[in-house]
Amino acid sequence: MSENTNSPKSESAISVRAMDIITALLFIILGLVVMTGSVKLGASWGSDGPEAGYFPFYISLIFILSSSITLYQAAVVDKKKKTESFVDKEPLKQVLAVLLPAIVFVLGVQLIGIYVSSLIYIAVFMVWLGKYPLWKAATVSLGVTVALYLMFEHWFQVPLPHGSWINPLEFIGVN
Amino acid sequence: MEEINALFGGFAVAMTPFNLLLMLVGVTLGVIIGVLPGLGGANGIAILLPLTFTMPPTSAIIMLSCIYWGALFGGAITSILFNIPGEPWSVATTFDGYPMARNGKAGEALTAAFTSSFVGAFFAIVMITFLAPLVAKFALQFGPPEFFSVYLLTFCSFVGMNKGSPFKTISAMMLGFALATVGMDTVTGQLRLTFGQPELMRGFDFLIAVIGLFGIGEILLSMEEGLAFKGAAAKIRRQVVLETWAKLPKYWATTLRSCLIGCWMGITPGGATPASFMAYGVAKRVSKNGENFGKGEMEGIVAPETAAHAAGTAALLPMLSLGIPGSPTAAVLLGGLLIWGLQPGPLLFVEKPDFVWGLIASMYLGNLAGLFVVLTCVPLFASILRIPFSIIAPVILVICAVGAYTVHNATFDVWLMLGFGVMGYVFKKLDYPMAPMVLALVLGDRAEDSFRQSMLISQGSLDVFFSNYLVSGITALALLLLFWPIIGKVISKKKPAAA
Repeated sequence: MSENTNSPKSESAISVRAMDIITALLFIILGLVVMTGSVKLGASWGSDGPEAGYFPFYISLIFILSSSITLYQAAVVDKKKKTESFVDKEPLKQVLAVLLPAIVFVLGVQLIGIYVSSLIYIAVFMVWLGKYPLWKAATVSLGVTVALYLMFEHWFQVPLPHGSWINPLEFIGVN
Repeated sequence: MEEINALFGGFAVAMTPFNLLLMLVGVTLGVIIGVLPGLGGANGIAILLPLTFTMPPTSAIIMLSCIYWGALFGGAITSILFNIPGEPWSVATTFDGYPMARNGKAGEALTAAFTSSFVGAFFAIVMITFLAPLVAKFALQFGPPEFFSVYLLTFCSFVGMNKGSPFKTISAMMLGFALATVGMDTVTGQLRLTFGQPELMRGFDFLIAVIGLFGIGEILLSMEEGLAFKGAAAKIRRQVVLETWAKLPKYWATTLRSCLIGCWMGITPGGATPASFMAYGVAKRVSKNGENFGKGEMEGIVAPETAAHAAGTAALLPMLSLGIPGSPTAAVLLGGLLIWGLQPGPLLFVEKPDFVWGLIASMYLGNLAGLFVVLTCVPLFASILRIPFSIIAPVILVICAVGAYTVHNATFDVWLMLGFGVMGYVFKKLDYPMAPMVLALVLGDRAEDSFRQSMLISQGSLDVFFSNYLVSGITALALLLLFWPIIGKVISKKKPAAA
């Protein structure tokens, strides 16, 4: 369980109340999407029993109802939560410092394969956030990547993505 | 004594050198997963699942369940030495474990924790051995309405037992169900809710969700908290182990109570986390040394650890006998069974007795192996935690990506994993429970199937869920639990008025 700290020194990036409202709204929209999708499929009783959209329709109905109540509670009932911080600015930077490189990493997995992406990702992460010297970062990231390669491609014969755009491993003779 | 014979048959299956080796490997991997913040039993198993594809099903499930035991043990190490609960169910262990470690009694605290874990798990396994075949036999008479009412009970109990907002629980659950419907409809063969996207035809695999929600979500949370490890030194000497063992029988009442709480919470899908808190709370209230709880009382370790393990183990009972997992980790194991073409549920005991009894036997052996591994290797595992987070975090992320990819060999799933990761972070901070969502994702198709079959039987009337004593009983219990948040409030309001 994470406690939301509420010290006056740290600046809040967004309040719990705002986040609660946003999430509930997103859920309601998602519920509506599911509902329209199931109505299109047929959400009633067909000639041979319930149609394909029957179950999802009621699921989306309950989803929309429960999220609406959450929305009402967050927006109208629990106004005091307005001041409670969901995440402060400094910690948010930390979270984004992990999340944004992770997105670049996944993009890398798709384009140049998982091995080279992991190598770069771990090394960059260590140098940038961990302030490690380059040689240490290079050793660790190379070690992990080689271990991954041996374990998956070699021992368990589970192929991992080699890159849809270019396969850098081709240069060292791996297809 | 049919069960005893079958169990011995199971031991014969489990005791091959290959399987014994897998047990040790599984437990060791499990402890590492339990020790590392950001990796938990559920997603640890989800990630390692592809490694077992080449093994025979019995060996595979033995290794996976041993990872589970290991993870249950591992959580205690970080709680006691570092005051960081590696798993949510070891939060209650930190209350007394960490103070004990700071008073220089780390060895005693760890021994007490491991031994109680073992006792809790052992109690639950004995219960599974004798109860699971009976439940399965009973469930063989179930029709679709009975099964749906059991599913309903499973889901309603989340609403009834969760302390947070019931509406958030329901939303999380419905989100899981909605995600489960995406893809091919098993009955009509129609594509549902794919909106023309070929990537969505596969549907949302719950393994991806688990890896994202629990793995990536946890890393983001740890990062926000600016994790720093400062731990008490750990060494377990044989002398300390023996001395602690001599003290433990004193707490037999606490142990027995916690075993029962754990088993109950494990079978009804309350899970290990509430079980550990409940056992701690009850022990604190009942114990003579109640006021010392939180200052380093051994009983405060015994109670939550026993209950957490009893619950974690008992969660496998409904999975094996009914096909309904009692915890997210059990759900992942169930996913594994489905991948090998094994249909968990009452028929499994009839069709694959070797498998079921091999698994049950491996539970006994795996927990013994677990106790042995943790008691001998604590310093080694504790040293993993001294690796700085800036190394661990990217490595865990890479491992999660590998795990997500290997489920369907699709890079799209890696993106999904990242999305679920952000979702996990937000969910945790807003108190949306993740377990019901994961279970809904796992059980969505089966719950829907039994619902549609029931509707077919009754020509669309909901009366079918009240058509006989059994199904009405279960449905009524489910509704009671669903409305428990309201009923509970009414009762507690009346009480002070009456007094």
